[in-house]
Amino acid sequence: MDYLLTEEQLMIRDLARQIAVEKIVPVRAELDEHNKFPTDIMKAMAQADLMGLYIPEEYGGMGRGTLDFYIAIEEISKACLGVSTTYAANALGTYPILLFGSDEQKKKYLPDIAAGKKLVAFGLTEANAGSDASGIQTTAKLEGNEYVVNGTKQWITNGGEADIYTIIAITDKSRGPRGASAFVVEKGTPGFTFGKKENKMGIRSSSTTELIFNNCRIPKENLIAKQGMGFIVAMKTLDSSRAGVGSQGVGVAQGAIDECIKFAKGRVQFGQPVTSFQAVQHMLADMQTMTEAARSLVYNAARMIDSGAKDFSRASAMAKLFATDTAMKVTTDAVQVMGGSGYMKEYPVEKMMRDAKILQIYEGTNQIQRTVIGLDMVKEATRQK
Amino acid sequence: MNIIVLVKQVPDTSEVKINRETNTLIRDGVPSIINPFDMFAIEEALRLREKHGGKVTALTMGPPQAAEALKEAVSLGVDDVVLLSDRAFAGADTWATSYALSMGIRKIGQYDLVIAGKQAIDGDTAQVGPETADMLGIPFIAYIRKIEKVENDTMVVERMMDEGYDVVETSLPCLITVVKEINQPRVPSLKGKMKAKSLKVTAWSAKDVNADENKLGLKGSPTQVVRIFPPAPRGGREMLSGSVADQVAAVAKKLKEQSLI
Ligand SMILES: Cc1cc2nc3c(=O)[nH]c(=O)nc-3n(C[C@H](O)[C@H](O)[C@H](O)COP(=O)(O)OP(=O)(O)OC[C@H]3O[C@@H](n4cnc5c(N)ncnc54)[C@H](O)[C@@H]3O)c2cc1C
Ligand SMILES: Cc1cc2nc3c(=O)[nH]c(=O)nc-3n(C[C@H](O)[C@H](O)[C@H](O)COP(=O)(O)OP(=O)(O)OC[C@H]3O[C@@H](n4cnc5c(N)ncnc54)[C@H](O)[C@@H]3O)c2cc1C
Repeated sequence: MDYLLTEEQLMIRDLARQIAVEKIVPVRAELDEHNKFPTDIMKAMAQADLMGLYIPEEYGGMGRGTLDFYIAIEEISKACLGVSTTYAANALGTYPILLFGSDEQKKKYLPDIAAGKKLVAFGLTEANAGSDASGIQTTAKLEGNEYVVNGTKQWITNGGEADIYTIIAITDKSRGPRGASAFVVEKGTPGFTFGKKENKMGIRSSSTTELIFNNCRIPKENLIAKQGMGFIVAMKTLDSSRAGVGSQGVGVAQGAIDECIKFAKGRVQFGQPVTSFQAVQHMLADMQTMTEAARSLVYNAARMIDSGAKDFSRASAMAKLFATDTAMKVTTDAVQVMGGSGYMKEYPVEKMMRDAKILQIYEGTNQIQRTVIGLDMVKEATRQK
Repeated sequence: MNIIVLVKQVPDTSEVKINRETNTLIRDGVPSIINPFDMFAIEEALRLREKHGGKVTALTMGPPQAAEALKEAVSLGVDDVVLLSDRAFAGADTWATSYALSMGIRKIGQYDLVIAGKQAIDGDTAQVGPETADMLGIPFIAYIRKIEKVENDTMVVERMMDEGYDVVETSLPCLITVVKEINQPRVPSLKGKMKAKSLKVTAWSAKDVNADENKLGLKGSPTQVVRIFPPAPRGGREMLSGSVADQVAAVAKKLKEQSLI
């Protein structure tokens, strides 16, 4: 398959692949088993210039486009979704600053993020605000030159490990959807602590914690964009990163296919390799076809974003939806193709299957993606009438 | 601190095949890589530069394709590269290779440290490091597993021994060879790869480094390969079978018979 990638994109792919093979594959099972954060791998990725791939050169990044970044995510995801979640969530946390931050904020935070010296997290979700972000209860009250933050964020990726947190809090409840604002909170600020680290089904090397704000005072300058723009910041951030979750799906699906075909070729039953059975071949064919279709949707969404398209919500949502449903199906089938061996921890596909599940849930569940796509279709039809 | 790293391009295989007629390695169809031990040398040089500043230069002698190995060194972060490539260098043994490299090093000029790998995975002699140091007239220490400190014009290193290690202090400049225990090589950086892509490697000829043609290549090589052959398997082995207890009893019996216990 030729994906019409540029020479630089192929370079990024090879580099990410080398990190995956040399630095991630040898340790992924251990990181998974012991819930261990991939600190060394993040350092290796920083040294390889991958942390600042999508950050403009004037802020110390590589100034590459969305597709370049997604290609890196895909390669890392082939090896381990726990690591790729850590990597992708770093960008999720960075987008509010990148898309809406002032020049001072960009100058202050982006160079360290690009160099991989500081990790980032994005805090929107709360106990009572999952799919329905309007349910958030964390508040930020302006007192003099400071905002006082109170409340608890839940299930925040990179929690405890990140140095920079971009969060959404209510600044004026009476204004409804215009009542939330986005802020930067730095680790170590008094009144800002972390809850317990979650014990998860998959992506176990990624860190997921609560963020607890108890009269946490942050300087007024930490407000991102204007007061009241919190939900717009959050929605644009999720729009920009959503298809990246699709590239995670493409990566883990391809990784599972590569593993299971390698095994099945050598597995002899009834006197022949199980890959000689048409039933198995047809499963493999469906798995690869769906994965290629998912890849097309993801690359297409990325190219749309890179071309400067204004409205790419639907394309991003379709890429996320299809690629992550595909990831779940393909990783499950990869276990099936390997039979009992696929179910065992000696092989990586059982982990891939556990890991894949989260992709259908975070950054907007796949039910919510369908809602986004459906509403957009109805809106368009109404406009055309 | 200015460092020169000696980098050899080798076939990517641990099972080299040999042309029976010419007694040379068959390289056709085998992809080339940087000798794995040299990757540790490059990494250590980069770490020293990060700590002490200065410049890292990678030096190789080889056919024009060896430029690829140098480009890889650049992608890892090496500042400068030198390729010694000339028909006059062809057919060199370790002695003639060391001579050419030492002349290349003299031409590069000012340096504090030369780092080489413990040995090359194709030739396997481990001779080029010490010979080059000797020709340059600088101290040489083999099998370095750690550089403890660099201060003024001295360096303290750990030399790996069969049991334990030696702590050695040396004056600079000197030449060391490194073992795999010394570090974990990094992967390239994107900036490095982009720099490597656009890099034009120009070769230095024998004349460029003021080398005496009589000491180069086949002519300058005192070693002659008479014959290459796989060593005959050592005979006289006996395989025991049965339960562990039976096998232990059989060994004990044999040892007693030969009055060894
Ligand atoms: C491992 C992990 C990491 C995460 N990382 C982050 C992070 O870094 N930052 C962050 O802010 N959040 C993070 N989240 C939160 C994540 O985005 C939410 O879990 C997700 O948005 C879904 O919310 P919920 O879990 O509360 O599910 P709910 O909203 O309670 O949904 C439950 C079910 O109802 C369905 N549903 C809900 N509303 C509708 C509707 N209107 N129509 C149809 N179906 C509906 C959902 O699809 C789902 O099947 C993370 C979550 C996990 C598990
Ligand atoms: C948790 C667990 C507990 C188990 N406990 C027991 C136990 O108590 N006793 C016991 O005997 N076994 C047990 N097993 C083994 C289990 O029965 C086998 O894993 C299962 O029968 C599949 O065989 P396999 O793993 O050798 O897969 P393979 O036989 O290698 O098959 C691999 C793939 O090829 C397909 N395939 C194989 N043959 C054909 C064919 N002729 N036509 C079409 N497709 C084919 C299969 O559908 C599968 O997808 C256990 C397995 C697990 C995971």
